[in-house]
Amino acid sequence: MGLITRPDQSVQTGSKAVSFNPVAQEGWVTTRLDFLVNWGRANSLWPMPFGTACCAIEFMASAASHFDLARFGMERMSFSPRQADVLICAGRVPFKLAPVIRRIYQQMPQPKWVISMGACASTGGMFDSYAVVQGIDTIIPVDVYVPGCPPRPEGLIYGIMMLQRKIMDERMSNTAIRDEMTPDPTSQLYIPPSRIDELSEPFGNSVHQTRSAP
Amino acid sequence: MSSPVRKDPAAPAFAIVNAGQPGDRPATPKKVPHKGGAANPSVEALRAKFGSVIGRHEVMWGDTTVFVERTKVAEVCAWLQSDPTQSYEYLSDVTAVEYRDHVRPIEVVWHIRSIKFRRFLRIKCEIPKDGKTPLEVPSVWPVWKGADWLERECYDMFGIKFAGHPDLRRILLWEDFKEGFPLRKDFPMRGRFSRSEQLKNALAADPEARYSMEEISIADAYGDLPLDMRKRLAGGEKVGE
Amino acid sequence: MTATRTVEVAISHQGLEPEMAGENMLINIGPQHPATHGVLRLVLELDGETVVRCIPHVGYLHCGFEKIGEYRQYNQIIPWTDREDYLNSMGNNVAFVLGAERLFGIEITERCTVLRVIAMELSRIISHLVWMGTTCIDIGAFTPFLWSFQERENVYKLLEGWTGARLTTSGTRVGGMIADVPEGWVEGLRGFLDRFPKTLDECDRMLTRNAIWVGRTVGLGVMSPQEALNYGLSGPMLRASGVDYDVRKDFPYLDYETYDFEVPVGTNGDVYDRYLVRTEELRQSVRILEQALKRLPDGPVNVDDPRVILPPKHKATSEMESMIHHFKLVMEGPRPPIGEVYVPIESPKGEKGYYFVSDGTSKPVRWRIRPPSYVNLSAIPKMVEGHLLSDVIAINASIDIVMGEIDR
Repeated sequence: MGLITRPDQSVQTGSKAVSFNPVAQEGWVTTRLDFLVNWGRANSLWPMPFGTACCAIEFMASAASHFDLARFGMERMSFSPRQADVLICAGRVPFKLAPVIRRIYQQMPQPKWVISMGACASTGGMFDSYAVVQGIDTIIPVDVYVPGCPPRPEGLIYGIMMLQRKIMDERMSNTAIRDEMTPDPTSQLYIPPSRIDELSEPFGNSVHQTRSAP
Repeated sequence: MSSPVRKDPAAPAFAIVNAGQPGDRPATPKKVPHKGGAANPSVEALRAKFGSVIGRHEVMWGDTTVFVERTKVAEVCAWLQSDPTQSYEYLSDVTAVEYRDHVRPIEVVWHIRSIKFRRFLRIKCEIPKDGKTPLEVPSVWPVWKGADWLERECYDMFGIKFAGHPDLRRILLWEDFKEGFPLRKDFPMRGRFSRSEQLKNALAADPEARYSMEEISIADAYGDLPLDMRKRLAGGEKVGE
Repeated sequence: MTATRTVEVAISHQGLEPEMAGENMLINIGPQHPATHGVLRLVLELDGETVVRCIPHVGYLHCGFEKIGEYRQYNQIIPWTDREDYLNSMGNNVAFVLGAERLFGIEITERCTVLRVIAMELSRIISHLVWMGTTCIDIGAFTPFLWSFQERENVYKLLEGWTGARLTTSGTRVGGMIADVPEGWVEGLRGFLDRFPKTLDECDRMLTRNAIWVGRTVGLGVMSPQEALNYGLSGPMLRASGVDYDVRKDFPYLDYETYDFEVPVGTNGDVYDRYLVRTEELRQSVRILEQALKRLPDGPVNVDDPRVILPPKHKATSEMESMIHHFKLVMEGPRPPIGEVYVPIESPKGEKGYYFVSDGTSKPVRWRIRPPSYVNLSAIPKMVEGHLLSDVIAINASIDIVMGEIDR
């Protein structure tokens, strides 16, 4: 296109490597175009509500008249992942659902974002059991985590505003942003298996727990 | 399918019955004793009808529990349901209990209810953990259709087989769940595998796979099935009528 | 059950073109679908647009509640009851402690009894309102969704003022409540009870005689009384079929027999009757709430039983005995006598019961949830058979499923 300047990422000045901020090298047209595109994207996010449990009820409350997600251009629920921008995972995700949410995420077109709503989606929450995924970030990449069990609609809206800020900061020149993250081909996980086990070690190592305590 | 269609939808569709007659209505149980109290009269009727099939009974916190021989449960239930003097037309629950005590037998529990006589009865049968007795009880599905999923869940969670159930397979967990039966006491709360192993197993599943014998018969999903199920099928296992 | 073809058919065809029986089509709804009210999956065999067979798949939200409960003390389980049927969390809290109190042999105070009735009926209202809103969306009416969720916000405000949480209340403790209602709360509830029937009337006007609503609900998913009983249906599903069974009347708890309310019973057992029954139950809940407010007595909320009730905070921080008592209750937990108990309640979905088995330790050997919507849903293959594909959505919505309770 010619509008986007692509400087070399670094030059040698003396002995020190200096990184360029690519944004600083962009022209007026590019930054304005970035702003326009991002503004459009951030304010008309089409959410794909992946509602499983309690958080889905609070998500519905956010969408209803009192909290009114339409103020953020999000009133158009996209129940088909093919037309969605942001996947809102509201609720706990058991292992049986893990391939489903992975499939839905993969079906969404770029650019796409993920909000993990609630403690269970973010970390497994209080369901530290044999059946629940301990955080959906082990299955799909997550942009915004909203804490709470369930989060109030205000909490979700704050998370959405954070996502909007994140979108506004995106630059077209940064192509890495749009790269599809590919999971590890052998384990199909985004996080190395050893890391997952390490993270769950203090609580999640099942070999130390053989019988229910009296 | 003939379905009754209401002629005038504006007409009131329901009759208010049960309109407050406090006299002939039961009252909230108060100061229920831990043990003892009047037993459910059905126990005596069962003894008279079935004799030694009926084991001991106990009244605890107001509810009567009666122990029935393991292989005869369906017979007893069928009689309780169809006999007009008993009329246990409602099955509340089918579940099982495994105690922390290693030697104490596993108990299968049926909660049944007579709406007509306002009675509640808990039927139990014991399966000793001696390694010889099969974890199997007769299904009450022919008596109450509501037992269908309750028994499947009991099988899923405890591994107890219900002989005569039309479609006994896992219901809450997936068909190739490899870790065992979660509500057994030797099953750790967080499962037998490490978290990464559990995730890998879960993600390897095909979300579109069909896991029902009936579905196989209507669409050739054989290739989608998990390996152990394919083996079982190849061995000639039949489920269905 | 019409499965006469056996598995051998499939085996013999492996590797070949699948031989589809006739021209029947297999269609898959869910597990992620806006009209399945959660993560239910229905596999439908269609002849044209008519459902020949329906095979539901559940378990996509199985979280192991019952297993977790075996590792928790009685009071610690209460947060899980919130998240199991999350539309009726306060009602579940009450149901749980009713069972636990029977197991401990505790008689609750007068004021607590009435407060719990208020809690249960409020949660029945919000649960039925979710049902109404989502079913309307499924069938094609959007406005009642907005109205019912607006009313839910009002109840949420009340619940939040009482327990500190909108949805996951954890509002009860064994032997009492988390707290007495705050000052001015009763007036707030009165105000809600004044306004709410008006909203209900508006929804009624909008739906009950609406030609589209009637056309899409009448005659669908019919269950005869005998079938409904045999399939173990409960709650509005059973009553719409004409069976007069309400746990509040037949096996009462919390002195429900002293309240003057009526149990609506349908005649046809179709989707429309279920709608009518639920709407009428909302009105009856308002009646119960009004009576409860009138009789709300003064007095303590928690029982005076040191086995289960924590000492007051100021004592726990100043007196040694109280501190030890507090510490032991929290760390070791109260121990019920050996025994088992099953206490059913009438949840908005039907007969909900918690079955406890105790071996005398502070954690139950078995904590079983009797899930009404699980059993209600198991009848869906029977209900949708012979109906059109689009009616499956209406029938499924009429069951009022909540997947958290079904899958646990």
